[in-house]
Amino acid sequence: MAMTKREQDLLISVSPHIRTDETIGRIMWTVSLSLLPAFMMGVYFFGPRAVYITALCIAASMFSEWMVQKMTNKDIALRDGSAFLTGLLLGMNMPATAPFYIPLVSSFMAVAITKQLFGGLGFNIFNPALLGRAFALITWPRAMTTWMEPSAALTGIDVKTTATPLGVLKEEGMEKLLAEFGDKMNLYSELLIGHRAGSLGETSVIALLIGGLFLIYKRYISWHIPLSYLVTVGVLAWIFGGKEGLFTGDPIVHLLSGGLILGAFFMATDYVTCPSIRKGQIVFGIGCGFLTILIRLKAGYPEGVMFAVLLMNCFSPLIDRSMKSKVFGAKKEVKA
Amino acid sequence: MEHHHTNDEKINYGQLIINGIFKENTIFRLVISLCPAIAVTSNVRNGFLLGVAVVFVQVMVNSTVSLLRNFIHPRIRIPIFMLVISGWVTVVDMLMAAFARGAYKEIGLYIQIIVAFASILARAEVFASKNRIIPSFFDGLGSSLGFLVALVTISFFRELLGKGSLCGISILDAKPMLIMILPAGGFLVTGLLMGFFNWIDMRFYGGKGAGGAG
Repeated sequence: MAMTKREQDLLISVSPHIRTDETIGRIMWTVSLSLLPAFMMGVYFFGPRAVYITALCIAASMFSEWMVQKMTNKDIALRDGSAFLTGLLLGMNMPATAPFYIPLVSSFMAVAITKQLFGGLGFNIFNPALLGRAFALITWPRAMTTWMEPSAALTGIDVKTTATPLGVLKEEGMEKLLAEFGDKMNLYSELLIGHRAGSLGETSVIALLIGGLFLIYKRYISWHIPLSYLVTVGVLAWIFGGKEGLFTGDPIVHLLSGGLILGAFFMATDYVTCPSIRKGQIVFGIGCGFLTILIRLKAGYPEGVMFAVLLMNCFSPLIDRSMKSKVFGAKKEVKA
Repeated sequence: MEHHHTNDEKINYGQLIINGIFKENTIFRLVISLCPAIAVTSNVRNGFLLGVAVVFVQVMVNSTVSLLRNFIHPRIRIPIFMLVISGWVTVVDMLMAAFARGAYKEIGLYIQIIVAFASILARAEVFASKNRIIPSFFDGLGSSLGFLVALVTISFFRELLGKGSLCGISILDAKPMLIMILPAGGFLVTGLLMGFFNWIDMRFYGGKGAGGAG
C-alpha cells in the first residue's frame, strides 16, 4: 500500500533517526589497518619470524572465536574483525623468538577464556590481548623475556639475544644504556625509529604514533586516555626516575621505550575495558601511568604497561559509576 | 526421646555414589571446600592423599552421626557434629603422622583443616542425621569419592601441564607451563573442569548447568 506524501510526513519512528555506516567491523578493521605501519617495522627489524608469529596468533584467535561460538550455538561473528584485532595485538606483543606453542595457547586464553567465556565482545572485563600476554609471561617467563637483537634478521646471522632498553636501565642503569647506544641523541633516535630489542610490534614509536594519531583523527579513539597516560608517565619518570634524587629522571627514555606507546594508544583505549566518560578516561590514564611507573621503578618486572592496563581495567566500571554526570534538572539524592 | 528420624524410601546405593561423584560433586557442582582443591592439587600424590583422608573422615563421620542421630538434641546438633568430625580428623592426623611421615610434612596442615570443610558438615547435617547407618555410609562414600575424583582430576592436569610429570615421574618432555602450579592455574583448571561438569549435568541429568547446583 503506497503512502501519500502527507502520510510520509506524519510517519513516526523510534530513535535512532540518524544512521551512520560505522559498524563494529569497520572500527575493528580500521584499527587493524592503523597497526600496519608498526607491524611492518617489526617485520623489517625482526624478519620473517615476526610474520610467522603474528599469523599464528591471528589464526589461533580466529579459530578460538569460531570454536566457542560454534560450541555455544551463537552466531559466528568472525567478520567483525575483533578476533583478528586481538590476534594482531597479541602477536605484536610477543618477542620474535617465541616458540610456536606460545602464540597458540595464549590466543586461546585471550579469545576463548577472557572474551567468549565472559559473554563475548562487549562483556569482557579485561583486554583480551593483554590478558593473553600476561598469561604467556607468567606461564613461560624465560621464553617471553628472551629478546632478539633487531638487526640480526637483516644480516642473516643466527639469532642473537639481548636485553631491552628498560631491562638494561633497570639492571645496570643509565650509564650502561648510554654506552650501548653511543650518546643521548643517538639513543633517542634509535628508540624513536624502533631499532631496539623488544616485543615485535612495540619498538617503533614513529610507526605507532602514525597509527594512533590516525585513529584520533578519525575519532575512533579520544585523546583523553593516551595523553593523560603519557603525561603521567613522563612527569613521574622525571620526578622519581633518577638515581641522584628527585627531578633527575629521564622522561624521554621512559616515554619512548617499552610498550608504552602501543599500550597507551591501542590497548588502554579498548572500548570495552576503558571508562566511557571523558573525565573517567583521564582518571583511567593517570592510574595506568602511575602503575606503569610504579612497576618499572620499584617492582620485579622491567616493564609495567601490561599489568598497569590490566589492573586499571578492573577499575573501569567503578570509575564510570562514580563519575556519572548529573542529569539536567535532577536533584542530588539525599541519603536517608 | 521422640526424635526418630528415618527416611523409609527405598534408596539405591549405587545411585548415591554416582550422584556424589557427578550430579552433586562437592567441588564442581556444589562449589564448596574449594580451598584444598586449589591448595594441595599442584601434584597428584598430595591431591590423592588428601582425598583419601577425606573419604575416611566423611564415611566415619556419617556413620557415627547416623548412629547417634536419635540421641542428639536438635538445638545443639551442630556443635555435636563438629565434635564428631574433629574426633575423626584427629584419628586421621595421628595415623598419618605415625605411618606416612613424608606426606604428612607436605599436607599435614590441610589434614587438620578437614575439620572446617563445609562438605563434611553438610553431609552430616542434610543426610546422616536423618537416615539409617547404611544409606549414610554410602552417601558419605559417594560425596567424598566425588571430592577425591575432583582433587585427582585437578591435580592430574596441574601436574601434567605445570611440571610435565605425574606422581613425580617425568613423562612429558615439553616446556612446563609455570602458571599451572601457581594458585592462578588452580583456579583456571578448576573453572574449566567446573564447566565440563556443568555440561555433564545438562547432558545426562537435564539440569540447567551453571547455578543449577544445590
